[in-house]
Amino acid sequence: MSLGGEWYLTLAAALFTIGAVGLLVRRNVLVMFMCIELMLNAVNLALIAFNRMHGGGDGQIFALMVMVVAASEVVIGLGIIVALYRRNLPIDVDEMRELQG
Amino acid sequence: MTASLLLAATKVDLAVFVVSAIAILAGALGVVLSRHPVHSALMLVMTLFGVAVLFLAQEAHLLAAVQVIVYAGAIVVLFLFVIMLLGVDQAENLAYEPLRGQRPVAVILGLLALAQLVFLGGAQWATGAQAVAGVAEGPGGNVPTLARALFTRYLFAFELTSLLLVIAVIGAVLLAKRRETS
Repeated sequence: MSLGGEWYLTLAAALFTIGAVGLLVRRNVLVMFMCIELMLNAVNLALIAFNRMHGGGDGQIFALMVMVVAASEVVIGLGIIVALYRRNLPIDVDEMRELQG
Repeated sequence: MTASLLLAATKVDLAVFVVSAIAILAGALGVVLSRHPVHSALMLVMTLFGVAVLFLAQEAHLLAAVQVIVYAGAIVVLFLFVIMLLGVDQAENLAYEPLRGQRPVAVILGLLALAQLVFLGGAQWATGAQAVAGVAEGPGGNVPTLARALFTRYLFAFELTSLLLVIAVIGAVLLAKRRETS
């Protein structure tokens, strides 16, 4: 009927790896956040693939929870970035060694 | 008749999968490799839409809608908003590498992780993969089934997400508030 789950899992693995390597390589905080979003999406894709393999709706509920966590994480993270910028601290992670107020 | 129909369905599924996989991977590479944060955000939209299409292909209709509305509609717009607001939309120099040897090591680690993940994803003992027989749907399709599970079995987790969202809102307000002292 539909494609096997391994296809989706392999794609999710590739997406997760790209996100992880991007997180390690890039220094701009905003781009690093986007890489975290890529990794969360890869996890969601894997969860949906598992959900279809095993039946039931549990995997979809998990993916929904991951989306909620991702949304709150982005709100807090972008708030921190705006606060950093307001104090004239750099947006480059190499320059952010000291986090005193 | 049925066999040819099944074969056609598989071909369509394969085409959908290949097109969205290309969109997803190209978008992900674009996020990582773009010099400009705005380009990264737009590439992220492409990836998110590809993931939404794959959700649809796996009969997760509600999640596909949520993916487009929440991710592409809210999160990426928030990203773009912050990028434009802060004016950090200048291109950065990607050739500059402060830590020597960081990128090769990161790529090697990534390839190792990819090998492990692909191995685990293809292993039957790890995924417990059963024959793919389609999603076990309750009466009324995807959304009522999900809603029933969400409001009965997973009610506590659902309430906890509301707490999490409230905490996120409070945190965002606190972070955005200007400090009066000093």
